Amino acid sequence: MPKLTIDGKEVEVPKGTRLIEAARKLGIEVAHYCYHPGLPIAGNCRMCLVEIEKNPKLQISCHIEAADGMVVKTQSALAKQGRQNTLEFLLLNHPVDCPVCDQAGECKLQDYYMEHGLHDPKFDDNKVRKSKKAFPIGPNVMLDTERCILCSRCVRFTDEITKTHEFGIFNRGDHSEVGLVPGKSLDNPYSANVVDICPVGALTDRDFRFKCRVWYLGKTPSVCTGCSRGCNIEIDYDRLRPHKKAGHDRIMRFKPRENSEVNKWWICDAGRYSYKLIDHGRLVAAKQSGIDASLDAALGEVAGLLAKAREQGRSGRIGVLASPDMTNEELFLVRQLFREELSAALAFEMAEPAGHKDDFLITADKHPNRAGAREILGTGLAKGEELLARAARGDLVALLVFHWDIAALAGADRLAAAARGAPLYVFATHENRTTYAARFALPVANFAEQSGTFTNCQGRVQRIAKAVEPLGESRPAWKILCEFSDALRLGWTHESAESVFAELSASVHAFAGMSWQTLGHAGATWKQGQPQEAAAAR
Amino acid sequence: MAANVKVLKRRELTWWENTFLPSIYAGLVITSRHFFGNLAIHISHVFGLRKKERGSTTYQYPEEKRPLAHRYRTRHRLMKRDSGETRCVACMLCETICPAHCIAIVAKEHPDPDIEKMPASFDIDLGKCVYCGFCVEVCPEDAIRMDTGRLDIAAYSRGGMILNFDHLMNPELPVLDPAKPVAR
Repeated sequence: MPKLTIDGKEVEVPKGTRLIEAARKLGIEVAHYCYHPGLPIAGNCRMCLVEIEKNPKLQISCHIEAADGMVVKTQSALAKQGRQNTLEFLLLNHPVDCPVCDQAGECKLQDYYMEHGLHDPKFDDNKVRKSKKAFPIGPNVMLDTERCILCSRCVRFTDEITKTHEFGIFNRGDHSEVGLVPGKSLDNPYSANVVDICPVGALTDRDFRFKCRVWYLGKTPSVCTGCSRGCNIEIDYDRLRPHKKAGHDRIMRFKPRENSEVNKWWICDAGRYSYKLIDHGRLVAAKQSGIDASLDAALGEVAGLLAKAREQGRSGRIGVLASPDMTNEELFLVRQLFREELSAALAFEMAEPAGHKDDFLITADKHPNRAGAREILGTGLAKGEELLARAARGDLVALLVFHWDIAALAGADRLAAAARGAPLYVFATHENRTTYAARFALPVANFAEQSGTFTNCQGRVQRIAKAVEPLGESRPAWKILCEFSDALRLGWTHESAESVFAELSASVHAFAGMSWQTLGHAGATWKQGQPQEAAAAR
Repeated sequence: MAANVKVLKRRELTWWENTFLPSIYAGLVITSRHFFGNLAIHISHVFGLRKKERGSTTYQYPEEKRPLAHRYRTRHRLMKRDSGETRCVACMLCETICPAHCIAIVAKEHPDPDIEKMPASFDIDLGKCVYCGFCVEVCPEDAIRMDTGRLDIAAYSRGGMILNFDHLMNPELPVLDPAKPVAR
């Protein structure tokens, strides 16, 4: 293990570590454009220059491996001068059209100019104009070659990560420009990641284009719910413009968040653009057979029905179809309320068409928390279709459905038959044919509007956090379940989803020892190789 | 209690002061001095005398408008390019800097890729504006100015105080039509 000194501080790093990573370990950020920890090293931007003692020239810290006894200075006058000159060269032909550039505000050229540049430009010739200004190069990405500094991150991404080889750098000298290989279009399922890794405004997102300046955004760490991978994301929402016209989208975009155990730095395009579902087509008020109704009346009716069924000893004939879209906390409350207290007929799975999957991030299971649901509710449960059949036979006193769009999966006929046999109560985030058919449809908050945890396909428990307020009358499902418990006088005292999680970790083995604090924003994998709590119960 | 508290006693008015007669008299003296002084100057002006002294006048607003200082900040306008379209590129710096949050811009694509961006809508709520002039100062394109000289800003509703893009591009238009408040 080489031991070296960076800016007067000693650090020991594994052999083969690059200087830039060793410095990062000490909390020293060396300016860089082309270096990306997820991509092979190119060493072409020359921005990460540092001074190494006994070395006559400045060296790029992204390429030099740490060696024993090395003395590195990142802040010496020589290193600073080197970085400033490099930046001046990088900015020679940059159009500086920040007012119209979507990257402005999160642009590394802006950041490093303020940090390392502040030079008077010595270049007074005309800047080289490229053939075209911004133009689309695929369904999701715009390219503006004039802003490009030729760091080649996008080229390496499509060569090494997606292996689709769309990008190349063409021509020579100051005519060099990044572009697509003739005949190709940037339409691979991970294409928009090049926008994130582009350190300048050359590659921008067509969907986000001109929608919002980045300094208006509030950022909340969360988890993508598009599939069971549970990619870590950051929800970027419009924070600063309350005076904007009503009815505009609150969520502006999703950005991937680094998690070396799950998604590295990447996210698929389907997940990235799934933010649109948060504000569109939402169920915002309680509905009675598709017509606006009072939420209190709906909640009261369900609570009264539960209490009456328990009194009459018929609570085993309450059908509850929970969902792998619910958080661990909500599923635990479903278990406590409907299995422990009421011994209701419980299910959480339905037959679904197989989803698209690939060998990188996308999984076939399109629900974020199936692993958690199996762990908490157990795997031996009936399927949703059996509950529907029982309801249609008139065997159930009520059927409570969380999130599932039964009409889309089992067909409108079976839904109608079930709704005839037993009163149907649907807790849903979005309006669909199932909410129209229900006796009462109750609006619940979605994952951007509440805090909680999901368990991904690797058994990794990851936190989501509330980014925006629940829309309309909707409220988190765990709160609704707590209200039912109040009606049944169960004496629950949960004030937040966090206290539910504390109880969950105390009673379900896989979650033992976990708390929201220890999970942090990276999550933690649950205990492997131990007897499953659900299996032990059976 | 803090140590250095100075207690001031208000002086009681005397009986004579309480009649207010001395104050009324003093006020009339001041008014009359201005009136007769100005009258004398204006009469002198008629005879071509005392030209260097300026007598005070009343502006017959709205027929007669008071001249404004060169840098006086008045209602906003958007500047135009030679082609007649707006100079604004919807960079939203004015919206960002505005301390009153009275500017709301929605951007759209400009047909010319060299300009790239333009406002789809540009609203200024004059009911909120504090006329600080930050928007003018911050604009990188010299696209907004506050030099229309228009002070006739009144409306029957809050909605009527909102200037939209057309009003800003054509400051000579009679805006803030009280009969047709702009819908929010």
